[in-house]
Amino acid sequence: MIGAYLDFVRLRFLTMLAYRVNYYSGIVIYAINIGAYYFIWNAVYGGSETLGGMTAAQMSSYVAVSWMARAFYFNNLDREIANEIRDGSVAIQMIRPYQYLAVKMMQGFGEGCFRLLMFSVPGMIVAALLFPVDFPDDPARWLWFAVMLLLSFFINSEINLLTGLFAFFVENNEGMIRMKRVAVDLFSGLVIPLSFFPGWAETALKLLPFQAITYLPGSVFTGTLQGGAIAQAAAVQLFWMVALLAPLALVWRSARRRLFVQGG
Amino acid sequence: MPAIEVHRLRKEFMVQKNREGLAGALRDLFKREYTRVVAVNDISFTIPRGEICGYIGENGAGKSTTIKMLTGILVPTSGDIRVNGFVPYKDREKFVRGIGVVFGQRSQLWWDIGVIESFHLLRKVYRVPPDAFKRRLDELTERLQLGDILNRPVRKLSLGQRMRCELAASLLHNPSILFLDEPTIGLDIVVKTEIREFLKEINREYNTTILLTTHDLQDIEALCSRVIMLDDGKIIYDGSLDELKARWGKGKEVVFRFAAPVRPERLAALTEGLGVEWMIENEYSAKMIIPRGEDALSAAISRVVGKLDIRDMTVSETNTDEIVREIYRSGSAAVTA
Repeated sequence: MIGAYLDFVRLRFLTMLAYRVNYYSGIVIYAINIGAYYFIWNAVYGGSETLGGMTAAQMSSYVAVSWMARAFYFNNLDREIANEIRDGSVAIQMIRPYQYLAVKMMQGFGEGCFRLLMFSVPGMIVAALLFPVDFPDDPARWLWFAVMLLLSFFINSEINLLTGLFAFFVENNEGMIRMKRVAVDLFSGLVIPLSFFPGWAETALKLLPFQAITYLPGSVFTGTLQGGAIAQAAAVQLFWMVALLAPLALVWRSARRRLFVQGG
Repeated sequence: MPAIEVHRLRKEFMVQKNREGLAGALRDLFKREYTRVVAVNDISFTIPRGEICGYIGENGAGKSTTIKMLTGILVPTSGDIRVNGFVPYKDREKFVRGIGVVFGQRSQLWWDIGVIESFHLLRKVYRVPPDAFKRRLDELTERLQLGDILNRPVRKLSLGQRMRCELAASLLHNPSILFLDEPTIGLDIVVKTEIREFLKEINREYNTTILLTTHDLQDIEALCSRVIMLDDGKIIYDGSLDELKARWGKGKEVVFRFAAPVRPERLAALTEGLGVEWMIENEYSAKMIIPRGEDALSAAISRVVGKLDIRDMTVSETNTDEIVREIYRSGSAAVTA
């Protein structure tokens, strides 16, 4: 059965590869974003050494790595699920002996792997040529970052699955999908690192799962977090990955009872 | 143990009501109103192993909803279901290993990849051992003539080719029960015939129980020993096709083609008192139906022929299509005889 789940990763990867031309435009968009944020932050720093606990060099690395990490953990599982519910093809998913949400997660993972290889890695190299990006020189830090990136993927995908499943309860959850996307980009620290928020907001955001998606792995990569704080950050991610399973299971259970299939 | 046992099965849906106007829309925003719709209304039936059973009814009668409850997709509002000894929605993952499902209007194959790749993925999903899979695939390939199309992506197949692949996909894990929801919809007569023959063979050789919904009564005539007819969520007939025909199909029909336009009232007036019915096709053509037991054929024909100029006329027995249409219309197959 594990074999079947792995096949969903492989198939999605191959499908993405077949449609890779769609992604060339994405590379440009990401490059523009990184460039824009780089120049904005340069202006914000002006002459100052450090702001919000980050040096200007750390900030440019943070911007680059956050966007490239986003390419990996980002997926449209919420919209895919909403569409399958709306057009009724979710019925087909229910007659197969597998866990629908697990399959979706694996498909998202296949997509993430594709983007990581075809997009993030080359993109990071290009970004390093254009902007001053400091790569960690400690292999252990790389390892931590890799593990945390994977956890980011799971947390973000769990949030996506939850958002997608709301299509069972409302006629159209498009608005919710968009709201979620903005919330993730803003609250995860992609647009502004958490340490730049006012104190009360930072405290509030640290109680939410979003920071575990971008801010924590980004801070490990740039070296803002050191020593024991790294393991602690990974533990927070792990906590959210497990904690989000509970609402997911609950929503799925009540969604099963609510399910009705459009078109007959 | 019967293949399918259903007892007082019921499914209700809550359908959102949209109130009219801006004020209504605003009120909807805060407090939704719902209407309760009963799609399947306390139905009971049992299907023994190896039977091919046709499940028919008008659009919206509740056929698909029943199939979706029997296959574990929908959770019933109340009532008991046992299929293959399982309660479908409870042990869903274990249960679906033993059934095959084809939805005529939806594909279960993966759109972007080759047919054979879909099959291999299904093999892993259903955990079919490789050698058993190979034997099964070879057999299905031969019987459904899939040889040329196995390597094509699903999106490049014609509807007939796709439907043959869907059937193969639903049988790869050798299920003991096969559910078919409008399997022949949109297919040409050649493919329809092939699929019917194939289903008969499968049923004969593997004793596969088949439950199919269809709007094509030739499917039923070719395949089913038993028919369950549904109307408005209730079973209105459950029995053999022969009996259905014997009880309902004794009437005769006469199709007239007239030389000049004729108004319906004129026809009705002509045959008044004979107990016949008219179905108007257009102003030049009409069908006269003489109910079973009415001995009015020659009287009715002579009255029409005597007064109107006839171009053409055919006499035939009512066929199943009409029987069923008649039952749908009256909403009951409760035979008074």
